[in-house]
Amino acid sequence: MPTFVYMTRCDGCGHCVDICPSDIMHIDPTLRRAYNIEPNMCWECYSCVKACPHNAIDVRGYADFAPLGHSVRVDRDEEKGVIAWRIKSRSGDMDLNLLAPITTKPWGQAIPQLADEAEPSQEMRDSQLLYNEPKYIRFDDGDIHTLESNGLTMKSGVYY
Amino acid sequence: MFTINPFSELAGFISPMAMQAYVIVMVLLVVGGTVLDMIHKKSAQYFFENSKKQQENATRTVSSGEKASLAVKTVASEVLTSSEFSNPRRRISHLFTMYGFILFVATTAIMIFGYTGPGAATPVILPLLWHLGALMLCFGGYWFWFFIRVDVFSEGKLWYHLARADLFIVSLLSTATFALLWSFFQAIGVQVADTLFFVLFIGAATVLFGGVLWSKFAHMFFKPAAAFQKRVTKADGSVENLPDLPELTDPALQEKFPDIPEYMGKNPPNMGQGIKRETPNHY
Repeated sequence: MPTFVYMTRCDGCGHCVDICPSDIMHIDPTLRRAYNIEPNMCWECYSCVKACPHNAIDVRGYADFAPLGHSVRVDRDEEKGVIAWRIKSRSGDMDLNLLAPITTKPWGQAIPQLADEAEPSQEMRDSQLLYNEPKYIRFDDGDIHTLESNGLTMKSGVYY
Repeated sequence: MFTINPFSELAGFISPMAMQAYVIVMVLLVVGGTVLDMIHKKSAQYFFENSKKQQENATRTVSSGEKASLAVKTVASEVLTSSEFSNPRRRISHLFTMYGFILFVATTAIMIFGYTGPGAATPVILPLLWHLGALMLCFGGYWFWFFIRVDVFSEGKLWYHLARADLFIVSLLSTATFALLWSFFQAIGVQVADTLFFVLFIGAATVLFGGVLWSKFAHMFFKPAAAFQKRVTKADGSVENLPDLPELTDPALQEKFPDIPEYMGKNPPNMGQGIKRETPNHY
């Protein structure tokens, strides 16, 4: 299950409420701290986890891919311009420290301006492809991937 | 008004013994309410279990001397300067409210226990500080209530929207406001208003100190404990499993991540604030 708030660390600042794209982080009326009002609708985008200035939000991943006892924590530091992850497996064998820049371009530059783009043509509206598909998926000029185009066939049954 | 001890005139109608008994009952209600709150929420149990769990991830042991030093730092920073609040407006408002409350309550107790007897002359400084405390409390509290409260600021609720979380701030502001009004009407000699606002003042104070189990009053004791525990996790290396993030110019980090110079430059600049440059009120 998705995000939850450590109430001893949360001070009810509202940053997670502001940033949640699903509008499911809200303020508890009894404690005036943040909480996830609808874990079912959380898609674990980690926006609230990264936005929290006190690192008070954590994610309880789904058990089929994140077994109990693991830990995935993130620290987004805007002053340094980096985002750091720490991933610990539940067996304790793995303790990864990862680091990446938040952006490779300076703040406020190279922001896509959708308003400057041309309106979609009727052909684009009728097609099944989404905006800038398949270009944004393939990163080249090929057509959308299908089983046939990759020389694959569907086989019935389960093969592990 | 500001130099008169309102409790000394009150002593003509209510015996100093009764006033003192009321203060003691309020103290007992706070202590009892906090203990009940801790039992009900199981906060002490959670705290100790959590710190035991963190100790399993510790990379070094923290000595008791070091813990004492961390406790002193917690008091000096998180308690006395409310440094846990990252929002500067909220921090300043909290400081006014906190110190105003301390001044108000301390001078109330001193005046009731020391200067309500027959013929007792109250030093001018005490009622001055009493009124100053109440005014500071009102300034910080009303600022918080109308502009800073997160329900209003980040969730777009209207300022008069009430929730159970507001029990503490509403009773606190009512206590200070009614106290000032009582003192004012007593000083100008309007008997009816004097009595009315005194009754309201006592009512609000009783709700404030008696409602500890239902309000956030006890958080003022819990938060320093949480802040101390946070410092201990940083000192013992467990850091709540958060990643360790030294300065980017640190040579050990640059050796571990050799592409830092490529993405961030040889001496990475402060890229400044991104999402945090905007206040969280885009509801």
